[in-house]
This record gives sequence, structure tokens and C-alpha cells, in this order.
Amino acid sequence: MEVLFQTWPWYVSGFLIAAIMLTLNYFGKVFGMSSNLRTLCTIVGAGQCADFFKFEWKTQGWNLLVLLGAMVGGYVAVHFMSDPSNVSLNPQTVEQLAQMGIDAPDGKLLPTALFGNGVFASPKTIAILLIGGVLIGFGSRYAGGCTSGHAIAGMSNLQKQSLKAVIGFFVGGLVMSYFILPLIF
Amino acid sequence: MRAIKYLIVGFVFGIVLTKSEAVSWYRIYEMFQFQSFHMYGIIMVAIATGIVGLQIIKRKQLKTHKGDLIQIADKEKGSFRYWIGGLLFGLGWALVGACPGPIFILIGAGFFPVILVLAGALLGTFLYGLIKDKLPH
Repeated sequence: MEVLFQTWPWYVSGFLIAAIMLTLNYFGKVFGMSSNLRTLCTIVGAGQCADFFKFEWKTQGWNLLVLLGAMVGGYVAVHFMSDPSNVSLNPQTVEQLAQMGIDAPDGKLLPTALFGNGVFASPKTIAILLIGGVLIGFGSRYAGGCTSGHAIAGMSNLQKQSLKAVIGFFVGGLVMSYFILPLIF
Repeated sequence: MRAIKYLIVGFVFGIVLTKSEAVSWYRIYEMFQFQSFHMYGIIMVAIATGIVGLQIIKRKQLKTHKGDLIQIADKEKGSFRYWIGGLLFGLGWALVGACPGPIFILIGAGFFPVILVLAGALLGTFLYGLIKDKLPH
């Protein structure tokens, strides 16, 4: 049991993620999380503003169920399967973060500096989280998929288009991590 | 039963992404700084396993639980949308350290500030829908 509470090794996790994708294929569906964002927009009536949102959202109901299950899974994993040894980073990473004023994990998944409940009182942090979200939502729909749809499902299916998107993900991520994050913090 | 199987798949997905720490802002930062193999290992093993699995599905012409042939549509042709959309997504991913799956998993786990990221992501998706026809794809 102990081993379930520690950080799951990459080879186990990677295998299970592919197994999840293949299970959805077996059910006749395709793995992809960001399309749920479009479905949610449709549910709240975005179809009145743009044709992109005019579709029978119930055909995507299965994907919303996957999402709901994932939220419960996240709750269970965080509240009943955590261990103080979790998120043990490279010491060099911890030191770099300290210089940027970002707290070390110490078993936490997210830094308090960005995701503590105090952020609701910080206009700067609110702006960071909102802008990051807009980039994720706009970018994933423009690219037609996110990490699950392109990096996992598309690459597994040897799609050239997904490779372009994944290269884009990494170029964007490196620009943010090396040039923009140091300016923000 | 039809609904429950998707809830179970999602439940396992939420646990795996949380326990592998792929939902952690720290792990995404560490990955983009090339200071750990962990995230690269997860992505590479997932792709390698996926390639083998999909090749078996195609060559053996495996069927879905309903008996239809398993078919996975090719991605639409295009370039600009993948490069630029991907780039914008990457900027957001490295900033808030969460992609769409983890956004929901983290909210479910009780990290309420992530609701702000979700609000932004819904807004971004809505903006794309509004100006889609004016963008090069």
C-alpha cells in the first residue's frame, strides 16, 4: 500500500495514461480533454454568439463524465493518498524557485505563491491565472487539441499535425519558462 | 452502466495524473527547465505504449465494445493553426502549470484558485469561437 502513496514512477504512469486512451478507443471514443471546454461554452449558450458552439452537446456527454470522474479521482488522490515525500524536485529547481520568491513544495502539489487561498486578494496573481487560462483555452482550440489530444492521442496515432502542435507547446513553454516567468516573479 | 464506465475511466485518469504529479505546477516548471526526466518519461512511455496499442488495434482490426471497427480519425490538414495554437497553449501551460485535464482534476481536489484558470480557459475557448473564421488555419 505504501507505494501507492508515494510519487508514482514515470513508467507506470505513462503506461496507465496510454491504457486510459486505448480504453476510450475501445468504447469508440477519442481521448481529448480540451474539447470539454467547448462543450461547456455550448451548454451555457455560446451558440447564440458563434456557430462554432452550435452542436448537439449531448454527443459529448461521455467526455463530461470522464471529466467528472477525474475530479473525484483528484479529490481521492489528494485527500487519501498523499505523502510528505510527494513532489520531491531537483534541489536546483527548488533553489531557483526560492530566488523567484516561490515556496518549495514540501509535499504540496501547487505553490502557495500562485495557488494559495490568499491569491484572491492579489490582483497580480488573479491576472496571471486568468491570462494563463485564456492562453490555454484559446491555444488548445486553435490547435485543435491539448496535451491529451495531441501529445498523447495524436502522437500515438503518428499524426504529423500533432507533432507540429507538440513542438509549438514546447517552444511556447520554453519561452514562458526562460524569458517571461523571470520577468513576472 | 453506460455512464458508469466513463466515470470509472475518468476516476482512474484523475488518480494517475495526481499521483504521477503531472498536475503539479512544480513538475511542469521542472520539465521546462530540463531539471528532471520524470515528465519526459511519462510522455514518452505513454506515446510508446499508445503506438503499440494502436498498431495492434489497426492490424488486428479490433472492434469496439459495440462490435464496430475501432477507427480513429486523422487530424485535419493544416499548419498555421498547429504551430501558433500550440505556441499559445505552451505559453499558458508553462505559466499556470496545468493543461485542461489537470485544471478540472485540481478543482476537484479542492484547489479553488484554479477556478480562475478555468474561467480564463472558457473565455479563451469562447474568443476562439468568435474569431475562428478570421484566423488562418
